[in-house]
Amino acid sequence: MINLEVDIAGVKLKNPIITASGTFANGREISEYYDLCELGAVCVKAITLEPRRGNKPPRIAETPSGILNSVGLQNAGLAYFMKYEIPFLRKYDTKIIANISGCTIEENCEIAKRLGNLVDLIELNVSCPNVKEGGVAFGTNPKITKEITKRVKENCAVPLIVKLSPNVTDIKEIAKAAEEGGADALSLINTILGMQIDVNTRRPTLANNTGGLSGPAVKPVAVRMAWEVSSITDLPIIGMGGIMSGEDVAEFMLAGATAVAVGTANLVNPTACVDIKKEFINYLDENNIDDVHEIIKAVKIF
Amino acid sequence: MKKTHMCKLISKKTLAGDVIDMKVQFPEESKPGQFIHVSCGDGVLLRRPISICDAGADWLRFTFAVRGKGTKKLAQYNTGDFLNILGPLGNGFSIDKKGDKTPLVIGGGIGIFPLLYLSKSLGAKTEAILGFRTKDLVIMEDEFKGTCARVHIATDDGSYGHKGFVTDVLKERLAKGDISSIYACGPSSMMAAVKKIAEDENIYCQLSLEERMGCGIGICAVCVCKSKGEYVKVCQNGPTFDSKEVDFDD
Ligand SMILES: Cc1cc2nc3c(=O)[nH]c(=O)nc-3n(C[C@H](O)[C@H](O)[C@H](O)COP(=O)(O)OP(=O)(O)OC[C@H]3O[C@@H](n4cnc5c(N)ncnc54)[C@H](O)[C@@H]3O)c2cc1C
Ligand SMILES: Cc1cc2nc3c(=O)[nH]c(=O)nc-3n(C[C@H](O)[C@H](O)[C@H](O)COP(=O)(O)O)c2cc1C
Repeated sequence: MINLEVDIAGVKLKNPIITASGTFANGREISEYYDLCELGAVCVKAITLEPRRGNKPPRIAETPSGILNSVGLQNAGLAYFMKYEIPFLRKYDTKIIANISGCTIEENCEIAKRLGNLVDLIELNVSCPNVKEGGVAFGTNPKITKEITKRVKENCAVPLIVKLSPNVTDIKEIAKAAEEGGADALSLINTILGMQIDVNTRRPTLANNTGGLSGPAVKPVAVRMAWEVSSITDLPIIGMGGIMSGEDVAEFMLAGATAVAVGTANLVNPTACVDIKKEFINYLDENNIDDVHEIIKAVKIF
Repeated sequence: MKKTHMCKLISKKTLAGDVIDMKVQFPEESKPGQFIHVSCGDGVLLRRPISICDAGADWLRFTFAVRGKGTKKLAQYNTGDFLNILGPLGNGFSIDKKGDKTPLVIGGGIGIFPLLYLSKSLGAKTEAILGFRTKDLVIMEDEFKGTCARVHIATDDGSYGHKGFVTDVLKERLAKGDISSIYACGPSSMMAAVKKIAEDENIYCQLSLEERMGCGIGICAVCVCKSKGEYVKVCQNGPTFDSKEVDFDD
């Protein structure tokens, strides 16, 4: 038996495969395709205090090896999440990560406080490129990142993950700021701000004009950032960005990730997470690795 | 548990111009109005949503216009090849609301495809209004004649059938007063017009909507339309909606 268990800030995941926020809703639909117990953790769609309508459609465009989205954090609000989604997910033997995306520091504090220990981990999204207030505005400034992390952490009953934006000059600086603010773990990357224009209509494909790029196209950027961040902190890292196969999981772990999240792949194939998990186990098997920890940060840098 | 299917392509035809008609082996039952989400092959990341045009016990048929990268690639598959298909997805048309007089199906361009299977289920009284740009693009007329009591064709340039929009034919046809329900699929300008006409006449109307999709199963929330001021998912809450539930205000 290969040991797949990993530890994120004291929370034990039975395997390193997590769903990426916003690409899995709250698990109900996918639970018709496989048993959610297969997952190390489920990270749910962004939660805001009040319901949020989201952006005007079209909200998606296909790009070379990737997609652009501009959903704009559409969700039914915290109260609905607590009343309906937590009890649903608790039926499964997996961990719950709540992705919180308030517009203000106070809103995020309030959400964290009310979630208490009903979830296993909180992921603070300071990196959404698709909203005007909050979002990426928090996560591109180290001072604000530190401040928001510190304040939200004071309201968290469970470990806090800070989700970093790739839309910065130096992600190490932001990672350090989150660590100084008291983050227990870091996740990266959120989507890369992008744009597509239809040359016939001269209009952007997305009604929001710009959107967040994800999928295989972003993977090299994400792996580089996971590696850079792992070189300056000992906090556990959840790596994501373009994971489509078991080997992609291994690549992120070699770069320094303790666990990984699978996003866009779920949109292509509902069973992506379990397919990827199987492939990852095969990779470990074929390479005679009997504990995933052997590959974490094991890249042999030139 | 639900899963994706590897489906053998058992026949492939070219209808007018760039419209391809495919029949595949398919293990699940489906309802008129549902769609499939098809992998187009290497280099095309997202699946493409295509309506179920007809179906039987162990097969289904879909028809698509070659438009961009995905449908170009899909058109290259040949009989004997396997297609990766997710579905059937979405909610079918509400056939139980057809009323006791004449049900009418109305479609423009690629919007006519889901209406064939539907017209079979609506019964022999059904009439169809089908719109095309020009005579050379008129397809499936005989098939609709096989399932409907009458088929009205409209072309934008008047080269075949009525000259003008399907909605012009609709208004004329409604004047007789024997239409008890309307089922429509087509471009959103047409849908907005059909909705208005049906609601002014107080006739039950259902629309099948199109929006750019991601997952097709309700997890990514990109393919939304506006319903009573809120955004709802076309793939999961639709693609069929009672016209009264859909807002076309922007
Ligand atoms: C529920 C539903 C049922 C459909 N049924 C049919 C059908 O039976 N026959 C048929 O010919 N077409 C149908 N369409 C439209 C069809 O999905 C698009 O023509 C097709 O996705 C275009 O893909 P492409 O790669 O060729 O074009 P591209 O322009 O290269 O596609 C780029 C992206 O935009 C999306 N897209 C482009 N045009 C449309 C459109 N009109 N609607 C939705 N997404 C679009 C594509 O899915 C893809 O993600 C349906 C759409 C929906 C939502
Ligand atoms: C449709 C869509 C919606 C997303 N919504 C959220 C969100 O609500 N909160 C968040 O932190 N990240 C969100 N993301 C970003 C993903 O969680 C992930 O960071 C990113 O997509 C990179 O991973 P991937 O390439 O595997 O998709 C979203 C991504 C997509 C494609």
